[in-house]
Amino acid sequence: MTTPTYVAAIDQGTTSTRCLVFDHGGRMVAVAQHEHHQYFPRPGWAEHDASEIWANTLRVLPEALDQAGLQPSDLAAVGIANQRETTIVWDRATGRPVAPAITWQDTRTAELVDELNRGPSADLFREVCGLAPAGYFAAPRLRWLLDHVPGLQRRARAGEVAFGTVESWLIWNLTGGTDGGVHVTDVTNASRTMLMDIRTLDWDQRLLDALDIPAEILPEIRPNAQVYGSCTVGLPGVPIGGAFGDQQAALFGQTCFATGEAKCTYGTGAFLLMNTGDRIATSEHGLISTVAYALEGRPPVYATEGSIAVAGALVQWFRDSLEMIRSAPEIETLARRVEDNGGCYIVPAFAGLFAPRWQSDARGVVVGLTSYVTRSHLARAVLEATAWQTAEVVEAMAADTGIAFTGLKVDGGMTANHLLMQYVSDVLDLPVERPLVAESVSLGAAYAAGLAVGYWPDLEGLRDNWHQAARWEPTMSDPLRRRERAAWDRAVERTLGWVVAGDTVVPARRFG
Amino acid sequence: MPGSIQSIERAAAVLHFLGAVPEPVPLGELSRMLALPKPTVHGIVRTLVDVGFVVQDPDSGRYTLGEGLSRLGETLDPHLLRSRSVNWADGLAARTGLEVQLGVLAGQGVELLHHVFRPDGSPQRLRVGELQPLHATALGHVLLAFSPAASRLQELVSSTGSTPTSPVTLTRAVQQAFRRGWAVADGTLRPGVAAIAAPVRHHLGIGVGALAVVGPRERVLSVAGDPVPALVEQVVAAAAAVSAHLEDRL
Ligand SMILES: Nc1ncnc2c1ncn2[C@@H]1O[C@H](COP(=O)(O)OP(=O)(O)OP(=O)(O)O)[C@@H](O)[C@H]1O
Ligand SMILES: [Mg+2]
Repeated sequence: MTTPTYVAAIDQGTTSTRCLVFDHGGRMVAVAQHEHHQYFPRPGWAEHDASEIWANTLRVLPEALDQAGLQPSDLAAVGIANQRETTIVWDRATGRPVAPAITWQDTRTAELVDELNRGPSADLFREVCGLAPAGYFAAPRLRWLLDHVPGLQRRARAGEVAFGTVESWLIWNLTGGTDGGVHVTDVTNASRTMLMDIRTLDWDQRLLDALDIPAEILPEIRPNAQVYGSCTVGLPGVPIGGAFGDQQAALFGQTCFATGEAKCTYGTGAFLLMNTGDRIATSEHGLISTVAYALEGRPPVYATEGSIAVAGALVQWFRDSLEMIRSAPEIETLARRVEDNGGCYIVPAFAGLFAPRWQSDARGVVVGLTSYVTRSHLARAVLEATAWQTAEVVEAMAADTGIAFTGLKVDGGMTANHLLMQYVSDVLDLPVERPLVAESVSLGAAYAAGLAVGYWPDLEGLRDNWHQAARWEPTMSDPLRRRERAAWDRAVERTLGWVVAGDTVVPARRFG
Repeated sequence: MPGSIQSIERAAAVLHFLGAVPEPVPLGELSRMLALPKPTVHGIVRTLVDVGFVVQDPDSGRYTLGEGLSRLGETLDPHLLRSRSVNWADGLAARTGLEVQLGVLAGQGVELLHHVFRPDGSPQRLRVGELQPLHATALGHVLLAFSPAASRLQELVSSTGSTPTSPVTLTRAVQQAFRRGWAVADGTLRPGVAAIAAPVRHHLGIGVGALAVVGPRERVLSVAGDPVPALVEQVVAAAAAVSAHLEDRL
């Protein structure tokens, strides 16, 4: 017999915030979701309103419970997964953010990072936190805020303000905020700041010094599955049993507990992660070494990651900026009107190119335009961009680890796109498998929380919850795959070196 | 115009008028333009508000055309339907241990828009895109019962000995599906395979798709050959949950 209670997960993503409720078999019983606003105040900037995200969190919690006819007391625990690297600083006394949240897609710190990479501490960062300094990580954004919000550096030193990625912000608010809120982060989110020693899992003073970040502003780093505190609002009385960066949560949710197991999550961006066990992989191919998970009293498990910045975000752009479609899924309807891309390719280097190239001076291109090309061809090119970017990170990972892929486990919102999943399988020439819970991010957060309170006894039991829901087999001919690949490569070349000195200078904006 | 219905004419006039004016219009102005007493016009606009063709600005009390009107010509995008179904179809497969299919009308057939494998680890083939005959499937019976169709079925080809091949048997099955709000098929497409389906409904309850569990006869039906009540309940609940989520933006 299973316990008659459930576990909830909050998945605070780039485009939306949702709450899912799972039963003991890892089966979803309720889901509530709200999108939040995306602010692009200048080219290269991408912001969220942290207060709106918190308000949406407070909306989805009761909605999800209502749907399943549950009370907070029916929940054994709640876990949190979040968009990573998005940076928030808030006032400990008022509970209000001091500036808009700077999201992981924002490129405003490019110059700061260039400087860092030219300076003496670049190697130190690589050595200690396992990351080559890049504008993708949280610390440069925190430095930017400390520089641009008047008085913030002083207030940080005085302990008046708090820094956190989104999980820290939510946990602090859920546990009481100004009235005793707990200020913590988890190892996976901390591993994306550039400030944590990837071996000891502590903040490193040398890295803090290199960026002049006062330790007083930082949250405490905790394991992924541990009771951090109990909710006083939202889900009153429910223990918060875990937190995870969303991509690591998905790896956990897909039960990739053994070395060599991997998954790719298709959301706003797409992220391929492979469990590397106790090994911190240094990459020759632009992959990132990161913490997969750390359970209390056990050594951490590491992962290697191929990060694609723009996947679903390109569909979103097609919908919102070009107004070609009214909903993201409609792109499949449009794409199906034609047989192929009509010679058109889109490389969405909106924030530069991420893995495997890490070219911050690249910008997006649409190439191969002729008068033959229709919006249906563009729709195809949008979807194909995600598939080819997947192929690039899969190749990089196979080359780095020496582990050949025999298939790809996928999850996330875009896996509802049948045409895309077929194309991914075609270009990889590998079977693509989707698990019975496409919301692996939420499932992973729920697993962590459930493990912390003993709702689930151990990792091995969780494996039994994994079932295959769909499987796509490759159907593309080799010559066609080679031809399309060559065209994609030529398109990528055209994105490189677009931003030249002078372009990126952004006048400082003041908050306050 | 002999035989025309006055209130419909007047409602059409209100809509034309609102469509011609770029700003929200007060009731008095509508009444003046249509040369009708205010209470009459009020009755008409209230009804139009109720059906979603007109909206009233809560602050000024003025009227404009509602979204319901522009949506009239829109059909629900099938892939949006699939996206909205994924979580519920997964949950249905997980809880019942059966294969789940989502189908939509496609000419004389039902097109499988989404397919979730039976969660038992056995090798299975993805059936998305497959066309099945309307008259020989539970999905088809639900679609015939709840979705307005432009054309009638031509010929009722038999797939097994149990396929309804006469218009009378088919009509009876479809009417029963309509009355119950779900359909069951027992070996009508493949021998030994049974299915239970329920409608996914959109505006005004119009059926836009059908959700089904499909499996071996002995898993879907009782010894007496009746559909297992708990399964019927779960299929109907999952289809209703998808219906409820169709309005969310994504
Ligand atoms: N059927 C579809 N076809 C193509 N793209 C889709 C489809 N459905 C959703 N998307 C895209 O997938 C993204 C939403 O997926 P998901 O909900 O997993 O992301 P998210 O959690 O909000 O973002 P993230 O986790 O990356 O921060 C959106 O960018 C959307 O455009
Ligand atoms: Mg997500």
